[in-house]
Order: sequence, then structure tokens, then C-alpha cells
Amino acid sequence: MRERKRNKKRLFEDAVHGVFLLLGLVTVGCVLLITVYLVISGIPAIREIGLVDFLFGKAWASTAAEPAYGILPFILTSIYGTAGAIVLGVPIGFLTAVWLAKVAKPAVRSVIESAVSLLAGIPSVVYGLVGMLILVPGIRKLFNVPDGASLLAAIIVLAIMILPSIVKVSLTALEAVPKEYEDASLALGATPTETYFRVSVPAAKSGIAAAVVLGVGRAIGEAMAVMMVAGNVPNLPDSLFQSVCFLTTAVAKEMSYSSGLQRQALFSIALVLFLFIMLINAALNFFLKRDKEK
Amino acid sequence: MKKIISIALAALLALTVLVSCGKTEGSSVSTDGSTSMEKVIGALGEKFQADNKGVTFTYNPTGSGSGITAVAEGRCDIGLSSRALKDSEKAQGLTETILALDGIAIVVNPANAVEDLTLDEIAKICTGEITNWKDVGGADGEIVLIGREAGSGTRDGFESITGTKDTCKYRQELTSTGDVITTVAGNANAIGYASLASVKDSVKALRVGGVTPTEDTVKDGSYVVQRPFVLVTKSDKKLSDTAQKFFDYVTSSAAADVIAKAGAVAIH
Repeated sequence: MRERKRNKKRLFEDAVHGVFLLLGLVTVGCVLLITVYLVISGIPAIREIGLVDFLFGKAWASTAAEPAYGILPFILTSIYGTAGAIVLGVPIGFLTAVWLAKVAKPAVRSVIESAVSLLAGIPSVVYGLVGMLILVPGIRKLFNVPDGASLLAAIIVLAIMILPSIVKVSLTALEAVPKEYEDASLALGATPTETYFRVSVPAAKSGIAAAVVLGVGRAIGEAMAVMMVAGNVPNLPDSLFQSVCFLTTAVAKEMSYSSGLQRQALFSIALVLFLFIMLINAALNFFLKRDKEK
Repeated sequence: MKKIISIALAALLALTVLVSCGKTEGSSVSTDGSTSMEKVIGALGEKFQADNKGVTFTYNPTGSGSGITAVAEGRCDIGLSSRALKDSEKAQGLTETILALDGIAIVVNPANAVEDLTLDEIAKICTGEITNWKDVGGADGEIVLIGREAGSGTRDGFESITGTKDTCKYRQELTSTGDVITTVAGNANAIGYASLASVKDSVKALRVGGVTPTEDTVKDGSYVVQRPFVLVTKSDKKLSDTAQKFFDYVTSSAAADVIAKAGAVAIH
């Protein structure tokens, strides 16, 4: 009798473990499936076009009578756009985090923090819409250019979109700095500002680096908001006011109507983007690990 | 042993979830394709469902190319294309039936003084030969050409009619008719193209060669910027009874009213 009860219990435990194992395998399976699928569907077009022509070709005309599949414009746009967003967004986000962690009063801080969280929760299509209706006409009037949909508009939208991740991760890193470090600095006669920038920030620097990398990841992978403000013409990004197309938007805008080699080439673009993001993830892991080892 | 049983149980559990999403056969019509046909096919589907109780009608707005592929692969009953079939597609055993005609309106901002352009002028604006509105009778201002993404049926239609295939110098490539209209409405120097059925008051449709784009001018062919809305079916495979009924209905004169209300020009 007792034996049977125990057996029943064991069976139940095993079943639960089985379910957990299965769910774990589903997650891993998804990653593997996507990776394998992307590689398999991305390679044929690169083979047919040629790796050098594909990565460094300056013209993209996928539906033309004589199609050209060069994605250099997309790669450069993604790099410039992300770099621009980092240049604009990191100082703002980082200084906000320093201010929140060290200077702001608790009441003010809780308001600002929830505002930042809210910013993270806004869907990207809303960023795009606001950018399309306010930012794009604004740039047109302010800089007196024929059309405001441009690299600049995309950079500004991306900079705002990466703020929450930068603020939050930097904030966590700054708060993890032991209070004794700061007390020691203050006791030695340093002013509070000197203490923040000479002691707290250096102590939190790998966490801050992780914040920047996270921001890069968010910016390079964003499609919807960028598609609505960047103009989406595959030009080389040689001016801030140029209408440009990112790696993400190149895939998103043509996928629904594509066929044949064009569709395969879109998968190849996705593969390139995937590799970029893998690199960024590796960098992120590197910074986080270094942080932990300390 | 127990572990194996437990894993097997878990797998069985997972399978039951998958099984439940099997396809429901029955009285349904599935259509797939051109986003430009959304209004027309949506209105027809609604009417068809109202007249035939218990019938489900589905429309998957994926684009002409995808719709043609879907019908060729048997993933839907009727494919929708806003361009005539290419020879290579007909060779795959597909048949086209023209459902209606759609005028492509050339739209500008209401503040623009220009009312009328010739087809030649439109082509020159697209290729960048004319870059200022004052060259075509408007105010001084650089022309901003707003177009659709590569592969769009509207873009294909517009470029083949104006003879500017692959040579258009767009300032923006947007992914929907709505986006084009919003953008043109927001920029005084913009010009774009959109399906006549979706033109709103926020933009102004230009006359082309003196002809105002209306239903009548599209039907009699005097308004030249127009394209067909095509139903694509498999030549060698019979439609299901419900799908055949739907096909007969939309190509009958009874549907003409609905098509006209949705902004396209019925030809049956």
C-alpha cells in the first residue's frame, strides 16, 4: 500500500521532470531551428551572387530587369544609424542613470524611473508613428530639406528607443558599487561630483559597457519604427538627410512580395543581421562575465 | 524505465496540442494575395457571407506575388493579383480571370497648384529629369517622389504604365497605400501614387493628360493609369463547391454594385 503510494509519487515527479525537460528542449530547439533555417536559406543566394558582390556591392535593385544584390548600403546604414543612436543616446541615458543613482531625491527618482519603464513599454510602431507625423515634418522645416524622412530621423528615433535599456542597466551597475568606496573618497576630501565620476563610474564600468552593448543590440534589430521614418530607399548613407534603408527594413519591406532569388537574398540579409547580433551578444556576455568575476 | 514513460507521456501531451489545430474542411473560401484588392474583396466576401449562412470567407493580405504562389501551392482557393499573370506563371497551370479594373491615382498635396500632368511629365518626374514643380506649372519647390517598395503591385502597375520600370528615383519607399497618402498629405512638395479606391480628401488626385480619374474614365480606358484586379485559379483543378459559388458570384453582374462601392470598376 505504502509502496504503491510512493511509486505514484515518483511517477508524478518523473512526469513533471519530463515536462520541464520538454519545455527546455523547446526553447533550445527554437534557437537551433531558426539558426539552421537561416543558414540553409541564406547560403544559396550568397553562393549565386558571390560573397564579395553581395557584401560589398553598392547597388540593390532586386526587382529590376537586371537585378543587383549588393547590400553595402544596408550594412553601412545599419552601422551608421546604430552608431548615431549610441552617440546621441548613451550620454543622455548614462547621465540620467548617474543622476538617478546618486543625486535625485527618492520621490523624484521613483517618478523618473517609472517614466523610463513606460518608455520601454511603448510599442515600436508608436515610436514610428510619432516620428512620421512630428519628427519627419520637423526635420524638413528645421533644416529646409525637401523631405524629412532620413538617416537623421531614424537616428533620433533609435536614440530615444535605446534610452530605457541604457538607463536601467547603468543604474543597476552604479547601485552595485559598494558604498564604502564612495565614503572613502568623500572622506579623503573629494567633492560628490568627483566621487561619482572618479570612483562610482569606474567601478561600474563593465556594467555600463554592457548597457551600451544592449543598446546597440536593440538599435540594430529595430525594424518597424525605422521603416516609418527612414524613407527606405537603398541609397549609400553619405548624408544625414539621405533617405536610407537598414538591414532590418530591407528584409521587412520586400519580404511579402518577394520570390525566387530575391527572396533568398532577403534571407541572406537576415543571416548577415543575425551574425551582427550574435557578435553583439558575445560582446555582452563578455562584459557581463568580466563583471561577475570581479 | 519510468523516465522513459514520463517523457513519452509528456510528448503525447504536447502532441494533443498540435493535433487540435488541424484544418477544418467544410464550406469555406480562402483567398490570398494583393493588398490593393483588400477593399474590393473584403466587401465581396462580406456580402457573400451574409447571403450564404454558415460559409466562412477568409482573405489573407500578402501581396500579389504571394497570392499567386499560394494558389499554385494549393494553400488557398483563389489567388488575388493586382497585375496580369506573367507567362511563366501561366505556364505553372494558372488561369487569370479579370474581376475589375483599378485606376492608379497620381496624388499630390492639396496645397499644390498643379492640377494636370501628362503621362510624359509624370515619367520625367519619376526618372529625375524634372525635379522642380515650377517646370510643370507649380510653385518653386523640389519635387519629392513617394513610391512603394519593390515588388508592390501598385508600383509595378504604375512603373509599367509610365514606362519608368527600374528607373524611378524615389525619395521614400513605403510599404502601404495608407503610408503613401499620409506622407503626401504631410509634404507640400510630394507626389505619389495610390489605388484610386483608397484616395482620400487629404490628398489631391491629378488629371492625367486632361482626364480626371473616375470610374467612367477608367472603364472606357481614357484614363490611362489603370491596372486589372485578377482572380487566379488553377487550370487543372476544380474549385470546391463553395469556392466555385463565390467565384460565380463575384464575376456576376450582381457583384458589380459591391465592387463599385468599394471603389473599383466592375467589368462583368
